[in-house]
Amino acid sequence: MSEPAIIEVNGLTKTYQVGDVEVHALRGVDLQVRKGEFVAIIGASGSGKSTLFHILGGLTPTTSGSVRINGRDLAGMTNTERTDLRKTTVGFVFQKYNLLPTLSAEDNIRMVQYIGGRHTEFDASFQEILKLLGIADRMKHKPRALSGGQQQRVAIARGIVNSPAILLADEPTGNLDSENSAAVLKLMKDLNQRLGQTILMITHDADAASYADRIVRMRDGRIV
Amino acid sequence: MLNKLIFANLGHRPVRTLLSVLAIAVEVTMILTLVGVSYGTLDQTAQRARGVGADIIFRPPGSSAIGLSSAPMSDKIPALLMQEPHVAFAMGTMVQPLSGFDSITGLDLDDFHRLNGGFHFLQGGPLVNDNDIIVDEYYAKQKKLHVGDTVNLVNHDWRLAGIFEGGKLARICVKLHVLQELTGNPGHLSQIFLKVDDPSRAQAVVDAMRLKFKGYQIYTMEEFTSLLSINSVGMLKSFIGVVIGVAVVVGFIVVFMAMYTAVLERTREIGILKAVGASSGLILNILFRETLLLALLGAAFGIVLTYGTQWLMRHAVPASLVQETVYGWWPIATGIAIVGALLGAIVPGVKAVKQDVTEALCYE
Repeated sequence: MSEPAIIEVNGLTKTYQVGDVEVHALRGVDLQVRKGEFVAIIGASGSGKSTLFHILGGLTPTTSGSVRINGRDLAGMTNTERTDLRKTTVGFVFQKYNLLPTLSAEDNIRMVQYIGGRHTEFDASFQEILKLLGIADRMKHKPRALSGGQQQRVAIARGIVNSPAILLADEPTGNLDSENSAAVLKLMKDLNQRLGQTILMITHDADAASYADRIVRMRDGRIV
Repeated sequence: MLNKLIFANLGHRPVRTLLSVLAIAVEVTMILTLVGVSYGTLDQTAQRARGVGADIIFRPPGSSAIGLSSAPMSDKIPALLMQEPHVAFAMGTMVQPLSGFDSITGLDLDDFHRLNGGFHFLQGGPLVNDNDIIVDEYYAKQKKLHVGDTVNLVNHDWRLAGIFEGGKLARICVKLHVLQELTGNPGHLSQIFLKVDDPSRAQAVVDAMRLKFKGYQIYTMEEFTSLLSINSVGMLKSFIGVVIGVAVVVGFIVVFMAMYTAVLERTREIGILKAVGASSGLILNILFRETLLLALLGAAFGIVLTYGTQWLMRHAVPASLVQETVYGWWPIATGIAIVGALLGAIVPGVKAVKQDVTEALCYE
């Protein structure tokens, strides 16, 4: 029996007002992602994939259509409700890592635990994840002392530390060389397979997308 | 965890943090120094007044508790007062203000001796000639004076005849009639000190005199010294109020600038925190805690700096300004610093909360 849909998007549109001009970033997107799935959304620049990422992560409100994340409807959510969604349901991995530069790798992860209202201690299973990510011995270092690949691994650890229903990754290998890219993608695949972590990855790179179970293509604000 | 982030943020920009702390410290020092000098000056005045050894002080109508700027009373009044019941002795003095907080007092040393046994001289001796002057040890130290030196005051060259132990009546004394003539007040006095035959009757004597000499300011010495407080001196109270107002504005501006810059600089970090689920309340909490820490560090440093200004005054101007440590004002000055700082953090805080997450994450 197949897993239930954890992301359900129907007729989603997003229009930005840029001066006097309306920019239609999404023009009726329909998408379903099942629990435990690793989906890659691939598209060229301006295809609307980043807008979709921001909406699914509760970072931007929708214009119309319905979006359900883990059973919660995003349409009409207030800022506070979207903040709560980001705290409890969604984990992020960004292209530019987005670690807090003043904190160590460990404290970057603990801060997200704290925001999520959890104990800021790593349990044995999370220690295993850190070992799997290959950063267990780099936890005391600040981001500037880590390589790009290490920073992205810390960002992945941060993204899953509160056991979110979905891990959203926006061009996670965009700033990495091919060796580090392959390592990070393999780790994401491992996390998906070993922990059943649902992952939705935005990328423009077909090689990166090939690590996913399913590839969804976007063009001009639509899924094709 | 939040405190860790706050310490890390402050440590990340040590120069800005230090400058903010220093500015808040100056604000606190400014308040504590002013209050300390006010208390110190008033207490010294009270101490010198008590040192006169009189039971009652008789002053002209409309005079201020902390100073005398004229000599409107006739020098016939002491003789008149000595005819009052229970008044054993009366001594008139004339006070001429000098620059700053200094003043010169004209007195009759024999009368002064009858009142309290006279000055205890550390160097030299009493007034003998008309151009003799005597000063207390603090004034001598401040002006680096020695017996025999020439001192020019009230456009007159005086010869320093003696240096006396401080704490009695005045810091600078000359013969009464000489000062009266020099200042164009012959036969006039600024204040009169009375000794009664039984100190326990002092209040009764004052009450009787108030009925007879209407308008004059007549106090027991106890009453008079109790008037020498900040709350009783309207001008000082207002001045302190103004300085506190300025201090709050300084604290506001300093913290506003520091936190505004910090929020701009940390646009991306604030965006990251919001992206991972930090609420507006948490963002404000971080900024306000950071501000509170700056204010507390500034206040602590300001209190330490106050000991520096105290030391400076004790060594540079021991006769002109006396600064006391007023512990009761430590929490007040700290509170003022915190209020100014938190007010300064409000606008940057609101700016941080209103930042759009997606734009903040793109901020370079």
